[in-house]
Amino acid sequence: MEPLMAVAIGFMYAAAIFLMLRRSIVKLVIGLMLLTNAANLLIFTSAGMTRGAPPLIPEGMLAPEGVVADPLPQAVVLTAIVIAFGVLAFAVVLIRRAYEIVKADDLDKMKDTDT
Amino acid sequence: MRPEVALPVLLPLLSGAISLLFWRSRPMQRFTAVAGNLALMVVSLWLFTSVYQEGYVTIQMGGWEAPYGITLVADMLSAVMIVLTALIGLVIAVYSLASTGPDHEKFGYYPLMHLLLAGVSGAFLTGDIFNLYVWFEVMLVASFALLILGGEKAQMEGAIKYVTLNLLASVIFLTAIGLLYGMVGTLNMADIALRLHEAEHQGMVEVLAVMFMVAFGIKAAAFPLFFWLPASYHTPPVAVSALFAGLLTKVGVYSLFRVFTLMFDDTMDYTQDLLIWGATLTMVTGVLGAAAQYEFRRILSFHIVSQIGYMILGLALYTPLAIAGGVFAIMHNIVVKTNLFLISGIPRRLQGTYQLKKMGGLYKERPWLAVAFFLSAFSLAGIPPLSGFFAKFVIVRAGIEAEAYVVTGIALAVGFMTLYSMVKIWNEVFWKSLPEDNLVPERETVVGDDGRMVKPNLWLMTLPVGVLAAMSLLIGVFAEPLMGLMNTIGEQLLNPQGYIEAVLGDNVDVIEALIETPASEEVSP
Repeated sequence: MEPLMAVAIGFMYAAAIFLMLRRSIVKLVIGLMLLTNAANLLIFTSAGMTRGAPPLIPEGMLAPEGVVADPLPQAVVLTAIVIAFGVLAFAVVLIRRAYEIVKADDLDKMKDTDT
Repeated sequence: MRPEVALPVLLPLLSGAISLLFWRSRPMQRFTAVAGNLALMVVSLWLFTSVYQEGYVTIQMGGWEAPYGITLVADMLSAVMIVLTALIGLVIAVYSLASTGPDHEKFGYYPLMHLLLAGVSGAFLTGDIFNLYVWFEVMLVASFALLILGGEKAQMEGAIKYVTLNLLASVIFLTAIGLLYGMVGTLNMADIALRLHEAEHQGMVEVLAVMFMVAFGIKAAAFPLFFWLPASYHTPPVAVSALFAGLLTKVGVYSLFRVFTLMFDDTMDYTQDLLIWGATLTMVTGVLGAAAQYEFRRILSFHIVSQIGYMILGLALYTPLAIAGGVFAIMHNIVVKTNLFLISGIPRRLQGTYQLKKMGGLYKERPWLAVAFFLSAFSLAGIPPLSGFFAKFVIVRAGIEAEAYVVTGIALAVGFMTLYSMVKIWNEVFWKSLPEDNLVPERETVVGDDGRMVKPNLWLMTLPVGVLAAMSLLIGVFAEPLMGLMNTIGEQLLNPQGYIEAVLGDNVDVIEALIETPASEEVSP
């Protein structure tokens, strides 16, 4: 499972960077979305995938038995998803406003502040 | 229980919540901004005295022992940064009362400012690497909203670059955290520091070190990833610019100091050259970029980049003296750079522009403002006896001791170039007479609440400028005791054992025993 995930995550990173290098601001934001999702999957995978073993402590014991899934990366990914959601919602509103003001979906037309 | 460690984070959040409650009441929001930041100042001084007496102060959030819970920890570096954060917060709050218009205040200027300060304080205090990411994002979201408040075309264009590059940095940071967790199975920075020395793949540790360097390098605006900063910092209202200039990039620099002294000290053989040349090129490109500019805040923005180079150079040389110099540069730069941005707002108010060519004659009109600018600008260039001189002096001395002569020479040359830009501003804004074609439409008038033209409260804008200019002078006068403090920081950072013991307490022995037993043996008995 892990090698497959690694390859898939690699493709997601590559696709995201490709999209971010385009001139269109819509593709830029789609690239950002893909990138954050790829990072979340990466945390999930690099921490080790354990199937069908929830980290539950049986009644009357102090520690779970045998090998169980690590709950921490799941908590981390959950936090990261929420943060990414908030930030990307902002980014979407931003490109909408930018499009309304600049009237172009083209990063090359947004160079007024560079010179 | 050490409440003073958590309070610098909780207080701005509380002030932010209070000002949200009074969404419709401008006076109440303005009062909360000043009162909340005054309280933050008091708490930060409390934290500073505790750290000064004990060396390290920690609090385990929720009562969960480290390394399982999130630890907030203050060493001398954190405490100094928190005091500076509170100072800048207070100064900006007072300045905003006069400089920020009602159209900005109506849309949540003050709550966002509090949120930003909470994020900055959290990043300075946390002892958990993922928590650091969370505080970075809190800070970023607040800064995004502050940056586009007002919604002008330039702000939108600047914001797209700022948002994209900062989000990219966040994702690189998050990726590095994920890989790091995969290697060591913990997020507590002290615990990571213990385990990384024994990690299986030392090559991977170097890869991670570089990923953190790139992520924090983008946030600190280091070469070659600084382009978002001069493209965006001159677009928002001046108080926002000053707040960003003072604090945001410094959080990136602080994080570099923290991870490279605590976690990646073993990789310095490999990363030191990268850091040194990154720092040098940051200094040079920043100062050359500024030389070509004729807009007040854009010159200052490029100088932020240039000054970041000095701080990173302090870290890169990696001796106690160099690190002390780097932290001295951070302290000096927060005060001086904020002040220069604040000063740029006053000619804007008086003469209606940031373009140097269209300004002039302020020396005659406002001699005390000229004095304040003189102090700050020449301190930035490193003229004795102002604060910048000592920062530069210590770093240059550390560079000579480390026999890095080329880099040290470049650092000195950059100082001269800084002087050139500052003299340019001085000549254009204060010395030459006001050009004929400046009709000064906004001179001495602003539109009040009821649409009538009123006189601006310039004293509320000049008071913070005066305070910060005096502080720059005082840092220079009291450089000796401050340098003692900086040496303590240098010692603390290069001997992370103290930090690790302060965070983990008695668990250090348990973890060390666990690391020495390979995982395969753990399962078999």
